Amino acid sequence: MHNNPILRISTKILFAPIILFGLYVQFHGDFGPGGGFQAGVIVASAFILYSLVFGIEEGKKLFPTNINLILLALGGIVYGGVGIVSMILGDEFLAYNILGSSPQSGQHIGILLVEFGVGLTVSNVMIALFNAFASYDKVKEK
Amino acid sequence: MISELLINAFLVTIMLSIAIALIKTRTVIFTVILTSAYSLVAALMFITLDAVDVAFTEASVGAGISTILFLAAMAYLPKKEEESISSEFIPALSCIILGVILIWCSFDLPEIGQLTAPIHQHIAPEYIKGSKEDIGIPNIVTSVLASYRGYDTFGETIVVFTAGVAVLALLEKKNTTKKNKSQPKQKIRKNA
Repeated sequence: MHNNPILRISTKILFAPIILFGLYVQFHGDFGPGGGFQAGVIVASAFILYSLVFGIEEGKKLFPTNINLILLALGGIVYGGVGIVSMILGDEFLAYNILGSSPQSGQHIGILLVEFGVGLTVSNVMIALFNAFASYDKVKEK
Repeated sequence: MISELLINAFLVTIMLSIAIALIKTRTVIFTVILTSAYSLVAALMFITLDAVDVAFTEASVGAGISTILFLAAMAYLPKKEEESISSEFIPALSCIILGVILIWCSFDLPEIGQLTAPIHQHIAPEYIKGSKEDIGIPNIVTSVLASYRGYDTFGETIVVFTAGVAVLALLEKKNTTKKNKSQPKQKIRKNA
């Protein structure tokens, strides 16, 4: 597919807006529809589109596998970490009230961080799955 | 009211026709694309039920990413489904019986949006009130998902993580044991 100029150029034009939209969905989830799960999938779709058009090798150059796997685990750690931090500060696991100066701002911070963890894990799991499926044949033929 | 009925009838008709087309088709790529279309119509259905968050998830996950993953996984599948040899009578009968039972049970459901329904009486008022006063977030779905039901969402995230790691581990193992070429393909064919 990487010889088709229409696909190449439209991918390059679309790539940044897709990620921007993903970030909007991620961090606007408190106020509108959206949140970590949807945002993660949208961000992952940008990278998958890039891999589809330019080839899996180029996609791995853009987003290296080892970073992908680290971020995959980091999402869960961020989520659990918020719970641990609230425990250390003297409240219960995943009770956000204590994280901010007032209970409401604590809730805001907690929800934002937790959704960020969800988005991180979901997007990286999707990218890793796509890479694993797409690069399977090539490895076998070696 | 009548327009709502028309829209619902339209969506249900499209869903039904997609489902029938899904049964008829034997080409795997059409199955994948029809499943994606089905998810998209389901997302529209969720919008008519005012569940925008669910609709968003259905559109992005069901119609978007899972289609891409199915397409990526299609490389291991045969291009066409095998014709089933066994009789279709018993599956059809069990589907019809199940459908009749479900429709029969649906007469007992409260009407959509009815305030006296149990689901609107139990804990929902507390969430609606608390989301505004205790959490200060306009989107109640987010406050329930991330705060009131934070444990569940934590579990969901770990499930996504575990599933991803499990698939990666499976494919990695197959990649390293590449000595006999035909073995993995045959295995997948059996599963399909």
